[in-house]
Amino acid sequence: MSIKYANNNSLSAITTQPSGLSSSAMTLLATETASSSATISFTSGIDSTYKEYVFRFYDIHPATNDTELQVGFRDGSTAYDATKTTTYFNSLHYENDSATSLAYVAGHDQAQATGFLKIITTGLGNDNDQSCAGELILYDPSNTTFVKHFISRGTAAHQEDLTQDVFVAGYCNVTAAIDGVQFKMSSGNIDSGVIKLYGIS
Amino acid sequence: MALVKYNNNSISDITSAASVPSGAMTLIKTLTASSSSTLSFVDGSSDVVLDSTYPIYVFKFINLHHSADGGQISFQGNAAGGSGYNETLTTTTFEAYHKEDDSATSLAYTTGNDLAQSTSFQMLFPDMSNDNDGGSSGELWLFGLSSTTYVKHFIFRGAMHHRADYAFDLYCAGYFNTTSAIDEIQFKPNTGTIDAGTIKLYGIKDS
Repeated sequence: MSIKYANNNSLSAITTQPSGLSSSAMTLLATETASSSATISFTSGIDSTYKEYVFRFYDIHPATNDTELQVGFRDGSTAYDATKTTTYFNSLHYENDSATSLAYVAGHDQAQATGFLKIITTGLGNDNDQSCAGELILYDPSNTTFVKHFISRGTAAHQEDLTQDVFVAGYCNVTAAIDGVQFKMSSGNIDSGVIKLYGIS
Repeated sequence: MALVKYNNNSISDITSAASVPSGAMTLIKTLTASSSSTLSFVDGSSDVVLDSTYPIYVFKFINLHHSADGGQISFQGNAAGGSGYNETLTTTTFEAYHKEDDSATSLAYTTGNDLAQSTSFQMLFPDMSNDNDGGSSGELWLFGLSSTTYVKHFIFRGAMHHRADYAFDLYCAGYFNTTSAIDEIQFKPNTGTIDAGTIKLYGIKDS
């Protein structure tokens, strides 16, 4: 009997994996790279396929000094204006060791607000070496029964030369599905940086 | 030579993928609550793995909904070969909250939710809303559960819809103060049931 070799072409009809094989529960869905971008939007792929979506962002560098990275959630229209109630606290430490803090920041939380939400920093610096990084987890965005919870943690280089560890959490107080997420700075463009979207099965 | 086409059926006997990478995060088990008095993950039962296969395990909570307004959901572990979810725990807990009408905010340690060498269940979600839209979500990471040398650390973060319309950001960390391996984890409400929601268990590889 002749030996039959499998190659990429002969395996093209396979669309599902045998149950005995393990696969990663974390799937990269999209990568967006900022280049003097006013906004970075994820307008597809956020649906009922996954119960959890994770945004990872790194090397986010603003064009304008003393700005914040913000996020908005789309709940049925074209606008990223889903109503949110959120918490915001951070710890910080100056490079010169002159001050530290752990505190709730009332000015950056939201109470049934529709505006964009500050998720990463107060006063992000735009020195050449300053940036921010972190992650945002959005739970079950396609659910039409419950509010849509999210949690975020980010670290940032502040324009006053301090490090921040920022914790944001809350919910979109809507039962409509969330089908889009947009990021933008509070002022000016996202000069550079990468945001990746993953689905968790 | 005839081209041999493989399909789903013809590779159904394959159970290992040789050196093909499969990713570091593996979904092990999903439990869906339906008026459940407990949700338990027991190593070796119902396809659950909670042993030395993975150094890190992660539970994800998706829209847990309590049957009672103000209800709580907590967790405990059981040592391998032991009986009962009653391991010794020492933990820290803190939370931030913000009321929907903007009338209150807080960031504070929550003494009432922590444990000191206690065998009680550890609070994860306190004072939950049972409004129709009041689910709560989050994640619990457990490290080195199979170690018979060290205590077993865990960290938790949760986003909760409070019964009085607050957004809560919940934190807990601590350890099972035992050198026995932990191979069972149980989640349960303080009263009533876990009306709905999903808990997923993942394993994280170290190589």
